[in-house]
Formats: sequence, structure tokens, C-alpha cells
Amino acid sequence: MYTVADLKKGLKVTIDGDPYIVTAFEFSKPGKGQALYRTKLKNMITGVTLDRTYRSGETFEPASLEERRMQYLYKEDTHYTFMDNQTFEQVQMSEDAVGDTKNFLIDNLEVDILIFGEKAIGVTLPNFVNLRVVQTDPWIKGDTSGSDSKPATLETGYVLRVPPFIEEGEMIVVDTRTGEYSTRVKG
Amino acid sequence: MAENWNLARKREALRGRARIIQEIRSFFIDGGYLEVETPLRIPAPAPESHIDPVGADGWFLHTSPEICMKRLMAAGYDRIFQLCHCWRAGERGRLHVPEFTMLEWYRANADYSAIMIECEELVRAVAEKSGFGDKLAFRGRDIDLASPWERITVRDAFDEFGGMTMEKALEEDLFDEVMVERIEPGLGTDRPTFIYDYPASRGALARLKEGDPLVAERFELYIGGVELANAFSELTDPAEQRARFERESAYRESLGHPPIPLPGKFLEELSAMPPSAGIALGVDRLVMILLDAATIDQVVAFTPEEL
Repeated sequence: MYTVADLKKGLKVTIDGDPYIVTAFEFSKPGKGQALYRTKLKNMITGVTLDRTYRSGETFEPASLEERRMQYLYKEDTHYTFMDNQTFEQVQMSEDAVGDTKNFLIDNLEVDILIFGEKAIGVTLPNFVNLRVVQTDPWIKGDTSGSDSKPATLETGYVLRVPPFIEEGEMIVVDTRTGEYSTRVKG
Repeated sequence: MAENWNLARKREALRGRARIIQEIRSFFIDGGYLEVETPLRIPAPAPESHIDPVGADGWFLHTSPEICMKRLMAAGYDRIFQLCHCWRAGERGRLHVPEFTMLEWYRANADYSAIMIECEELVRAVAEKSGFGDKLAFRGRDIDLASPWERITVRDAFDEFGGMTMEKALEEDLFDEVMVERIEPGLGTDRPTFIYDYPASRGALARLKEGDPLVAERFELYIGGVELANAFSELTDPAEQRARFERESAYRESLGHPPIPLPGKFLEELSAMPPSAGIALGVDRLVMILLDAATIDQVVAFTPEEL
């Protein structure tokens, strides 16, 4: 059982028997009023989105999904293939179902695949993934302001902002929950 | 080279923050206010239905400096201000950290309408002197600090934007939901907005309005949909204040919160307080608005998650 304190982007809950994922979440508290938890919830099967506001004290059933540890193998046309390392069973997922997680999928990455019934419906990434920078402008020496950032393209094609000292070819750690640069991979 | 880049990149925001705090202080000192410091750890905070204090070795970290500042007012200090940290359990979001910075000021022989004017002067002076001018860009909107600020009653705001009357929202226990979903997002979007005259039940320490006892003399300031400050004409009747505290406490206990003691010395001294008005303003949020920051995380050095 979850409470409102567990609400966050990515949480999976059951509403009217269907699995929903929290796609947006905001804590609100009008002056002297009660805490309100505003959410956008996406039905994981139909893709339909709901807006719901919850109060303190409300509870949620976790979504009845099976989660299996799998390895990302490859992408073919618009399908992504994953393999269970224990059973060698393979599953395929559409680009839609993979969603933004494609920005962080590199070959052999271990992820959790969500299964509802027989169908693979979602990917849960590790919180941190190491990715290689394939393009970024060189650092202008002497710039020590520390507050600047510059764009960098990763091996997956994803573009994010990184500190100026990051060089092309370097590995960086990306926080997959925010999509933001976290730190350098220590050599 | 900074190892903690995410902290290092806050340098501009933290400089802006320091500047803003310095200008707030100057504004009050120039205006003849006395800066005070009251204890952060107190035995009894004001019981309020929806504010949960953090316990600290049998006492509590204050949720606002209100109780001690009003005791100072009752002892004859007629213009006081304080900048301090406050704690509210469980409040975390885009606009909330459980430990935040509050500005409170109190003024004797004034009511909430005088505080409205002073609040307008403060925000304008701080923006101007910190180098932000009187036109702000916040969340993709231009907000004009110079023009006369908008004033709307809570009742009119419900009629205009709420889709139901204030009375109906209270009756159906939807006041907060309507406020958050339908009213707040439109407040202060091209100039700051004062929304005032809250239902009597929504101001545990506020004086009821003369001639309309269904509402309390309380206002909130919104800029760009963000609630920035809360003020009232202070209740100075100790018997009425005690009754309201008892009501708030009973409500808290009905929600399963542990009982907290009533602030006895405050209640004893309240009768000596002159007619006064006071206001609490979220400093982190003021910094957010002036710096056009999307989240409170960007304007504090450390969020709880980063500790």
C-alpha cells in the first residue's frame, strides 16, 4: 500500500483495476490550507491520461505488474528487444512503450521490464547510467566561472547540458530520473 | 575544478539571494523597524490545522516566529522584523522545502490594508535595488511591479474563476482544491495580486472583518501564480484566541496528530498587544520570482535530498 508521501513521477498504482503510472506530480499547499497532491496519471495499457488531486491520508494499491530483470539487446525498425538472462526469453517493445527511456538505453544495459499479463509495457532504468559523450565543444581554458554549461550529445543521441570541462569521448554519469548530468565517471 | 558541479553552478542564484536578503534588511532598518531574533526551538507553536511542526528534544522547531514576535509587540515593541529559518514537516515540492527562510514583520496601530501597501513598497524596493527593475520575466510572463497591484476578494475570485461560490466550496469541503486548481494559477500573472478577506475559518490568528464577520481580515500576495506572503489584522482577544487554538487542536487530533501544548504565555500576554497587523513572506520564493527560477531547489544552497 502506498500513501500520498510515496507519490512521485514513475510510481505505478492501480486505479479501477488498471495499472497507472504517475507522469507528473506536484505538491501544493494553499496558504493555511491542507496539503494537496496533484497528479497526472497515465493508464499503462490504453495510454489515456487522468488528472487527479489527492489529500493527505489517501492510499493507493501498487499496480499488479510483474517486473523482470532483463538486458537490452538491440533496436530493429521501431522495436526494442530485451532478454531475460535467466531464461533467455526475449521480449519486444514498441518505441511508444519504451518512451523517453530510449535516451539512456545502451547495449547490454540491465533494466527492469514491466509485464502486465503477457505484455511488456514499460522499462524501469537504473537511477544512474554511464554514457559516452560523442559530441561537445572544447573547453575554453581559463574559464573557471564554474557556473557555465554547454550542450553535449550522448551516444544514444540524447542532448543534455554538462559542465564546460567535459570533453568529447568522456564517460559521464546521467541521472535517468531527471535526465541531467550527475558527475564524471571516475577513471 | 568543482567536484560538486550542481552546487557550484548555483553561484549566481546564491549571489542574487544574498543581495535580496541584504536589501530586505535595509528596507526595514531604513523604515525604523527593529530587527529581532527569537528562539527557533520553542515549547509550543501555534496549533494550526494543516501545519505540522518538527519535534526537537521534547519541544518544537518553530513553524513561524509569530508567537514570540507577538509577545514582543505586547511588550511595547511597535515595529519589528525578523529573517529566520522555519520548519514544517512533510512539505516538499517545487515551491516547498521543509526548512525554509521566512521574513515576518509586525506593526502596531496598523491593519492589513496598511501592510498591503508596505508589502508592495518592499517588493518593489527590493527588486529595484537588487538590480531587477520593475518589470519581471517569470515563467514566460511579463510581470509589472510598477502599475497598481491587483486586489480581489476571495469571494469575487471564486465567483470569477472558481466555477462555484466561496460558500458552496466551503460547504462541499472543496475550498483548497478549487483554490489550487482554478484560482491560484491565474493570480498575479501580469501584475502582483492581493487576494483578501478569507473565510473566518481560514485565519486562526486573524481578526474578523468589521461589518462582515463571515470573513477574516487576511490577505495573501501572489506573483506569477506563486503564493508569496500571508498577512492579517491580528486577533488581540485572548479568550477568542484560546477558543480558536482549542478548535484547531481538536481538529488536528481528529486527524490523528499527537496533541501539542497551547502557547500559554502568549495567550496571557496577548491582551497587552495593541491593534496590530503582521505578515509572513517566503524569502526563498521571492528569490525564485526575481531570479525566474523554476523550483525552490535552484535558490537554496542545499535541499534536504542533497545533504
